[in-house]
Amino acid sequence: MRATITNVSRREFLHEVTAGGGFALAVTLPGATRVAEALMTGTAAASPTDPFNPNVYLQIDADGTVTIVAHRSEMGQGVRTGLPMALADELEADWSKVRIEQAIGDEARFKTGTYVDEPGTQNTDGSRSLRHFLRPLREAGATARAMLEAAAAQRWSVSVTEVEARFHQVLHRPSGRTVAYGDLVAIARDLPVPPKEQVRLKQSSAFRYIGKEIPIVDLFDMTTGRAKYGIDQVQPGMKYAVVARPPVYGGRVTSVDSSAAEAVAGVERVVRLEGTPPPSGFLPLGGVAVVARNTWAAMQGRSKLKITWDDGPNGAYDSTAYRAQLEAAAMRPGKVVRNEGDVDTALAGAARRVTADYYVPHLAHATMEPPAALAVVADGRCEVWAPTQNPQGTRDTVAKVLGIPSDRVRVNVSLLGGGFGRKSKPDFIAEAALLSREVGAPVKVLWTRDDDMHHGYYHTVAAQHLEAGLDARGRTVAWLHRSVFPSIPSTFAPGVTHASDGELSLGCVDLPYDIPNIRCENPEAESHVRIGWYRSVANIQHAFAVNSFASELAHAAGRDPKDYLLELIGPPRHIDLTRGGVKYMNYGDPIDLYPVDTGRLRKVVELVAERAGWGRKLVAGRGLGIGVHRSFVTYVATVVEVQVGKAGEISVPRVDVAVDCGFVVNPDRVRSQMEGACIMGLSNSLYGQVTFRDGRAQQSNFNDYPVVRINAAPRETRIHIVPSADPPGGVGEPGVPPLGPALCNAIFAATGKRIRNLPIGGQLGA
Amino acid sequence: MLTLRVNGVERTYGGDPAMPLLWYLRDELGLTGTKFGCGMALCGACTVHLDAGAIRSCVTPMAAAAGKSVTTIEGLSADGNHPVQRAWREHNVPQCGYCQSGQIMQAAALVAKTSKASDSEIDAAMAGNICRCGTYARIRAAVRAAAGKGA
Repeated sequence: MRATITNVSRREFLHEVTAGGGFALAVTLPGATRVAEALMTGTAAASPTDPFNPNVYLQIDADGTVTIVAHRSEMGQGVRTGLPMALADELEADWSKVRIEQAIGDEARFKTGTYVDEPGTQNTDGSRSLRHFLRPLREAGATARAMLEAAAAQRWSVSVTEVEARFHQVLHRPSGRTVAYGDLVAIARDLPVPPKEQVRLKQSSAFRYIGKEIPIVDLFDMTTGRAKYGIDQVQPGMKYAVVARPPVYGGRVTSVDSSAAEAVAGVERVVRLEGTPPPSGFLPLGGVAVVARNTWAAMQGRSKLKITWDDGPNGAYDSTAYRAQLEAAAMRPGKVVRNEGDVDTALAGAARRVTADYYVPHLAHATMEPPAALAVVADGRCEVWAPTQNPQGTRDTVAKVLGIPSDRVRVNVSLLGGGFGRKSKPDFIAEAALLSREVGAPVKVLWTRDDDMHHGYYHTVAAQHLEAGLDARGRTVAWLHRSVFPSIPSTFAPGVTHASDGELSLGCVDLPYDIPNIRCENPEAESHVRIGWYRSVANIQHAFAVNSFASELAHAAGRDPKDYLLELIGPPRHIDLTRGGVKYMNYGDPIDLYPVDTGRLRKVVELVAERAGWGRKLVAGRGLGIGVHRSFVTYVATVVEVQVGKAGEISVPRVDVAVDCGFVVNPDRVRSQMEGACIMGLSNSLYGQVTFRDGRAQQSNFNDYPVVRINAAPRETRIHIVPSADPPGGVGEPGVPPLGPALCNAIFAATGKRIRNLPIGGQLGA
Repeated sequence: MLTLRVNGVERTYGGDPAMPLLWYLRDELGLTGTKFGCGMALCGACTVHLDAGAIRSCVTPMAAAAGKSVTTIEGLSADGNHPVQRAWREHNVPQCGYCQSGQIMQAAALVAKTSKASDSEIDAAMAGNICRCGTYARIRAAVRAAAGKGA
């Protein structure tokens, strides 16, 4: 991806985000990510990039302060640190003089367009911040460094070949003179940007920050209560609101008696909000809002509303009945999405056939900070403060609900108290905007935990049927995988019953096994709730089924699961998915740059097995299990050591993770993401499920939607990073998929009991 | 009308005595370091000290804070350098950071009582505080370190 770098020192608009008078560069990145997003939402992609439409700014002031405008949302992955680190390294900057400014989501400075037909490059999901922006930001830092060197040469009237940037100064080598960056700003701001071929990126031996464990820039604020999230935003005269939303997706208010609510001290207004019939996309669900002088009054008022609802078409949604439907669909042929060789003939001729069916339920993001947003609507304009992964989608959604042009909406991005995909959807921010317009004051909308559980964009629910044929020597010669689940595009467009190519590319059609006959199918499924992307998305169910089945095949063949897994993966090679007619999306990246590389897959398996002591003797009740998965163009293998007690209680003494995510900027944040992904994978597998009855989510808080607490966390988590100079891969999501199947494979090793349905819950009990 | 001390400052409150302390701190005093997570004492994001003990401010009515002293994350130390806060930074604990105020307040109450917490004591003391990012391994390490320093 080639970035365009422009000298914008004399452009006035920049002064809103940085002080005027400095030396400033703007970095404009082409819109490749828009393609990836359009694939995920199942819509048409991409239009040309505007000639001047920058994504990132860098400014150096006369006092030497370097300001880097971070355009990606921080939700715990460390991106506000990682990208600036790389830029500062190339700039030869003193990190202590670097300040990070959060970019606003705004048309004049960033990408244009609506989410669905032209998703913006600020949208922080898909584990691609570093993957797509590392090189452009390094180029920006190196460009600024070259311009400061040119400025010093001009100041001293010497050849630029005699000068060298070094730690916030430029050195004249022959004389030993130095000049501080700040003193070069006045010259540099009028210099032309050098052509790309004259800009040298550093050799890795010269890195100051890249590859080092740099603490995150928000660390002090996060440990002192000063860090500001969406829920913490305040404006003068602000009102507080909570909303009673239809308990069923697509439901409507038929009548409301708000007299008792209005009588609560502190309640100021009760406001009806129109909803959007399914598919509602990013638009609000509607309902009845209570606007009050503080949060508590708003909550009290809401509890006193008497509302009758028309539940609409999803009022009969029932998870037990729906599961039976999905499982029946998985037993019937579906749309063929990969087909190599002749699976039916190979199965018929196999010495042994193995079949297994897997089920994964809906999951809720349960970000610790529930959805919350502040909006001010006045004079035909709107300004919002929100914890959003998706500033442009927010801007366009808010503009749409208010009926004003997008350029009259300004989106301020706060820190996110967890994102996991939930905060890519701006429905809650649009609610704040509608309410602010209605009451004529700033309004902060807060979702309670119940609201979050009841009105989520849930991870899908999936049934999968797998069949394999083994030959007489126990080798797998045929593989059939049917995956059926309501799709994310069903939240955005009517009549969608098949998964998108993007979703099927998440661990189903990209099966990296060396099997001559492979067929993948996708039967139809209707959706009755909002389906959304949830950290690692469809990789959750696909990695679970594929890795569990691999272990089942090893058992059927009487082989060690790790050895058999390596045999399934086969020799190091790049997999050609076009042979099977696959529309493979590869996480929006070119397959030549990011091939499906079984050499790297093997490597993480071998590494994790070695470091975890695969094959070591364990006490009774313990077992080791392995899973490996490529997602977001990163390779992760996980070994879980489980202990199962006499009453079926599960604990995890140890987890080992080997990760090959290519080039690493901040190893500490790679480790922390893998550690956290293991915890989330454990939560998903042990307890995670949202079920519906009469169209209503039955879980409402952490009592009935438990997540892993510290006492259930692994005693030991060891992360092993493969040193690599390959292009960077994703880090935020890829640690999640292999954990679940590794855990279930470990449970099989410990107990002989095979878990095919998640969550594990009490399945091991007597 | 009731009185209480918040981070050393005397306050009077005349509103609904059933209102949880959390909303008083956040909405009325602007002390937003204390977080809302569940509203039912299930997640610990709202943990503050009431006198010396760690409590869940989301279910503690104002009436229960009358005459007492409340310490929030903002008041834990003047300069942000309480041994628990320092240990949190030394171990790079936070990811998104949202739950960490509550984690730190819970840990500070523990290390005030013991100079050498075992792993099981740490787990028992911290099990009411959920971190959805999954920073538990680092929380354990940071609490051990802070306790060792005799906070």
